[in-house]
Amino acid sequence: MAEDKSEILQGTLDLMVLKTLDAMGPLHGYGIARRIEQISEQALEVNQGTVYLCLIRLVQKRWITASWGTSENNRRAKFYAISKAGRKQLAAEARNWERVSNVIGRLLQLETRS
Amino acid sequence: MWTRLAARMRAFFRSPALDEDFDQEMESHLAMLAEDNVRRGMTPQEARRQARLRLGGRTQLGEAHREHRGLPALETLLQDLRYAGRAMRRDSALTCFVILILGLGIGASTAVFSLIDAVLLRPLPFHDPARLVWIGNKDVDNEGLSGETVPVNHYKALREQNGTFADVAAFSPFYRTGDDKLTGSGEPQRLTGLQVSQNFFPLLGVQPILGTQFSDDDCQFRWNSPKVALLSYSLWQTLFHGDAAIVGRQITLNDTPVRVIGVLPRTFSFDSVFAPGNRIDIYLPYPLTEQASRRGNELAMIGRLKPGATLASARAEMSVLGPRIRRMDPDRNFQLLLSPLAEHVSGHLRTALLVLVCAVGVVMLIACANLANLILARSAARQKEMAIRTALGAGRLRLVRQMLTESVLLACCGAIAGLGLAFAGTRGLAQLNAFRIPLLDSLRIDGGAVTFTFLLAVATGLVFGLIPALQIPGAAGGGLKENARGSSQGRHQHWIRNTLVVSEIAFACVLLVGAGLLMRSFLRVLEVNLGFQPRMAAAMRVDPGAQFSTRALRNGFYDEALRRVRSIPGVEAAGLTDVLPLGINRTWNCGAKGRPYTRSNPPPPIFVRIVSDGYIGAMAIPLRAGRDLAERDSASSTPVILINQTLARTLWPGQNAVGQILECDRDREVVGVVSDVRHLALEQESGNEMYIPIRQSGDYSSVDMVMRTTVPLSALALPVRRTLREVDPTLPANEFHNLQDLVDTAVSPRRFVVMLLAGFSAFALVLASLGIYAVVSYSVSQRKREIGIRMALGARAGEVQARIVRQTLLLAAAGIALGMAGSWGLAKTMQSLLFGVTAGDPITFAGMLGVLTTVALMAGYLPARRASRIDPATILRAE
Repeated sequence: MAEDKSEILQGTLDLMVLKTLDAMGPLHGYGIARRIEQISEQALEVNQGTVYLCLIRLVQKRWITASWGTSENNRRAKFYAISKAGRKQLAAEARNWERVSNVIGRLLQLETRS
Repeated sequence: MWTRLAARMRAFFRSPALDEDFDQEMESHLAMLAEDNVRRGMTPQEARRQARLRLGGRTQLGEAHREHRGLPALETLLQDLRYAGRAMRRDSALTCFVILILGLGIGASTAVFSLIDAVLLRPLPFHDPARLVWIGNKDVDNEGLSGETVPVNHYKALREQNGTFADVAAFSPFYRTGDDKLTGSGEPQRLTGLQVSQNFFPLLGVQPILGTQFSDDDCQFRWNSPKVALLSYSLWQTLFHGDAAIVGRQITLNDTPVRVIGVLPRTFSFDSVFAPGNRIDIYLPYPLTEQASRRGNELAMIGRLKPGATLASARAEMSVLGPRIRRMDPDRNFQLLLSPLAEHVSGHLRTALLVLVCAVGVVMLIACANLANLILARSAARQKEMAIRTALGAGRLRLVRQMLTESVLLACCGAIAGLGLAFAGTRGLAQLNAFRIPLLDSLRIDGGAVTFTFLLAVATGLVFGLIPALQIPGAAGGGLKENARGSSQGRHQHWIRNTLVVSEIAFACVLLVGAGLLMRSFLRVLEVNLGFQPRMAAAMRVDPGAQFSTRALRNGFYDEALRRVRSIPGVEAAGLTDVLPLGINRTWNCGAKGRPYTRSNPPPPIFVRIVSDGYIGAMAIPLRAGRDLAERDSASSTPVILINQTLARTLWPGQNAVGQILECDRDREVVGVVSDVRHLALEQESGNEMYIPIRQSGDYSSVDMVMRTTVPLSALALPVRRTLREVDPTLPANEFHNLQDLVDTAVSPRRFVVMLLAGFSAFALVLASLGIYAVVSYSVSQRKREIGIRMALGARAGEVQARIVRQTLLLAAAGIALGMAGSWGLAKTMQSLLFGVTAGDPITFAGMLGVLTTVALMAGYLPARRASRIDPATILRAE
């Protein structure tokens, strides 16, 4: 079961992380993981470490930037912030997502009726 | 896509720093998570434990992170390479040995590859060389240059009337080294000049780096137009010190003023393409005139196909146009043979070079078999290590990959060594211009050769690594068990090892037979009765200077020069000739006087030599009947002639030729018959020959004095030159040519192939004997226990030895039988390279059998002796 979840995550985690950073401003990895957990209301429960694989990918694609800073509890932590390219990507991904989910939604309605 | 790859690459190189960074990040994540957990009311220990669970396995995470950010494939490769490097260092003796063998093998392959590339593959160094066509003439009964060339009028007609060639150029191959005398530019010098049609260089796409091309007028030779010349780059550099002002200046060539109109580029080398081994210094226009046409066949032609035209369409046109042109002069042979220029230049070497390619390929196969064997033996020793690695979780594929990485790494090290070797080798070969092989000077290790080397190295590594790698057991089986005897596991490997050795011997056998046949052919060629004695004979150009302007004056010069040179101590005999053997040659069609000749029954073509008395003595050409020419055969006396035995048989079979009349330039009485001389090539019969007295003819363009000496040539050069200067003070400082050198040059392509092939087969023989030795001594060391027990039970040392030697001979016999069959088939394909031996030459085959058996015996005897010295007590104690 866990594998199915992570498979869903692989595709959508990028979008979730980008959106989180876009909405909340710079955050550290823990913050991002916690935020996603809260929003998804534990529906997508995986190892928090998975977030970091996504983060390194996004950094390498230059959609987010990373720098060391200090957390609210005065702890050294690495902070991630969305970049300009990341915002563009987010917009594109969001549009794409909406289109796909619309199509799926319509399709599912169609099936219920028949 | 690219940014990601670039980032991955950066990450790959900064791996340790990034690991550290990631560790810290995980640490802070854990701390924050634990803090939150504490806030939710957990104990600190519990909080931390839960946090760790939440985050996931640290090691796996780190691994995944590395894989995500870096280049995992490359990382594995690097790991394998590091490991391979360590393994190589551990077995440094074996490593050195493998690299040495591979270096030699790969070096030889690369050298042969570059040779093939330079001679056969690379396009000729001209503009669009694929469109260049050699237009030869073919005379079935005339093998000399005269039979291959055409007269000026035919050339002009062909050039004007054809529709498939954009242009047709011509040059005269009837030039000789040192034909042209340069005076007035320092010490008098002899230069080699080539006469070409005015469109020769434009046709090839060669532009002078200074000055201009020849013009149409330059080839008309009108009485009032100035004579012109183009300089070769090297002459311009050496004699005129690269002085650009030389263009437009007059030089004195053959006592007439000639204006230099340009200098050709360094990249253009007529000699390396058309006349390997010679050097052309200066290019002159060929007289495309009516008068020159009367001189007969003198021009070789090159055409450039029009766009869209093909060789086939050109051939089709020539089959119509040829006979039409021939009608201009029905007596003259004119049958055009068209071939791609590249084919004409180096096609005749293809078989020989292919033999070399096969040879070097066989050497590589032997080397691979040998190394596979070695690695196999070593991997048996590493069985335990492999078992441990398997037990620790390494997959079979991963281990195979590891083994292959090792062998490819070894091969690449070998390739580097080989590249160095090939580099030195090709440098050496390229400078051997004594070898008459075209384009040899363009031989070099270029990018193509380097690429080839490394591809070969990888392929070699895979080939010799694959067999041992596939022997890795699939699962961690009994390998870990202490004291595994391995006698049953060894059976399969034993079989592979034996197969490898048998194939090594078989390949070596094929190579030995090939080399043996060529070597025997070469010796046969050297043994050929040339008809003259090249040893202790030398030649020197002595063309009379311009002051000897009449035939009488020239004859006086010859009398005086011969008389004085003959009186020098150490000179046994001296004579003059216009052509030396194995150089250029011309033919006339002449017949017996009074015999009716028709077009269907023409007089035979005869090789012409213009000589003086004493020439046949100086050459040591035996006189068979009649007398030699004499000083009294002068311009005013009866015209006489010497002929060779073949001509005597052709014209007067069963009769005494002496006293008969031969109708050539005029009627000449045959005064003597001499032996045949191989003038064309050592491998070729001489054909009809005649010797016209120099004092009775003006039809020669150069004069060589041939001397037979009793003292070393070096001691003679100075007195001869001084003596001749007394007769003609303007005589250039000419060089002595050893006649033996002429013979050596003529056999040089054969010598070249034989040398390389002999080297390859020696190498193959060493490899094969090492292979036998390795296998037998390995099996001895494996069977130590068995041998010890046998000896304890009463087997004598001699019996043990005999058993092992018998085993070796069995292997050798299998290999030789296979190799014999293989070489029998292959030898037939190189029939065209053989001379004086058949493809199934029993001596060669017997010799090969002897050599291989001896080598196998020696390679088997050493381990056998070691086995017989095994002390049974020690072995049994160890049990």
